[in-house]
Amino acid sequence: MTITGIAALGAGLAAIGAGIGIGKIGGSAMEAMARQPEMHGKIQSSALILAALVEAVSLFGVVVALLQG
Amino acid sequence: MTLNTFKNIFFFALCSAISFVGYASEDPGNKDEKEFNAKEMILHHVKDAYGFELIEWNNEPISIPLPVILWTDNGLTAFMSNAFHHDDSGHTIVQKNGGKFVKLHEKIYQLNEGETAIVLDQEHHPTNATKPLNFSITRNVFMMWVSVALILFIFLTAAKSYKKSNDGVPKGIAGFVEPLVLFVRDEIARPMIGEHKYKKYMPYLLTVFFFIWTNNIFGLIPIIDGANVSGNIAFTMTLALVTFIITTIKGNKNYWKHIFWMPGVPVPMKVFLAPIEVIGMFVKPLSLMIRLFANITAGHIIILALMSLIFIFETVWVSPISILFSLFILIIEIIVTAIQAYIFTVLSALYFGMATEEEKHH
Repeated sequence: MTITGIAALGAGLAAIGAGIGIGKIGGSAMEAMARQPEMHGKIQSSALILAALVEAVSLFGVVVALLQG
Repeated sequence: MTLNTFKNIFFFALCSAISFVGYASEDPGNKDEKEFNAKEMILHHVKDAYGFELIEWNNEPISIPLPVILWTDNGLTAFMSNAFHHDDSGHTIVQKNGGKFVKLHEKIYQLNEGETAIVLDQEHHPTNATKPLNFSITRNVFMMWVSVALILFIFLTAAKSYKKSNDGVPKGIAGFVEPLVLFVRDEIARPMIGEHKYKKYMPYLLTVFFFIWTNNIFGLIPIIDGANVSGNIAFTMTLALVTFIITTIKGNKNYWKHIFWMPGVPVPMKVFLAPIEVIGMFVKPLSLMIRLFANITAGHIIILALMSLIFIFETVWVSPISILFSLFILIIEIIVTAIQAYIFTVLSALYFGMATEEEKHH
């Protein structure tokens, strides 16, 4: 396998990680909003922040893959 | 959001998608000479450039030139970027101010004394040329100035309209700006920094929010070549560095105590936590930088990749699919422009809040 292939594989793995992480955050946020609709705004903004934090880690992987690919 | 707003957004995205088709088609124009290389085309559009390439007409690219400003041994040297005649392979030599300059892979090199042509090694790096100090007004620098001018215009007009009206009711453009400013104040600065200290940080947070947002939106407009300002790592690095400097300067005793001598945990744990916290201090601005850069660049790459599917399969029947998909991505990108500006601002505010937090008495 070439280095480009490995880089593409790494980008894919990073995407899987971010997908699981953001999916869990989104699911829990939806549940919480359904239970307490009056907290809708607060839950949404903290869910966005957490999603950004999770996403950043996987973006590190994507950037490394981009540099190698 | 009303149905009308959605309609407007949809129409805007449709127009953008259509102009993206024209924009992607410029590259594989001379197919007889070389095969279409999607990676090359995408990277060319994502990177910074000298001048705006608008369209290709009769195999002649039409572009708006921008000034190239270099600091060489003979002092300041300046010429317009069209002196290179769209050559990016280093063959066209521009003689100016006693120096010979070539453009190779969107970088400008100065040939060494007495050389007449550029010599490349196996990895396509020049062996007989050096890079002079480059202060050129590139596409990104130009678009950054445009967005600065736009922000200044919008906010100065809004400020003037407040001065005129006696009752403080926002009129005209101020009616558009006020909810956004209040959003930054009430949803970002107040909860993240705290009621007593947020006022000092408002100018920076507002500037960062609107500057990133404007640049993100400009990046999505294809007719100006999608100048990828906020997808440039130098741009995001500067913004993250400013956040880091403010956090470090404003950090109080409590903040430094939490980094070097974490209260409330046993001593061996304190020793163990200190290096982690020190690394964390630098990782925070680093992740701010990477997040904005990678999000915006990834959006551009996806749209361009979907468009280049047409040229990879070499059939017009792929175009409905790729246009629909890139339209979909473009609509998502319009939301992402605002979300990324929000995230950068909110995390900056969060770091300021951490730096200025007073000791809690448990």
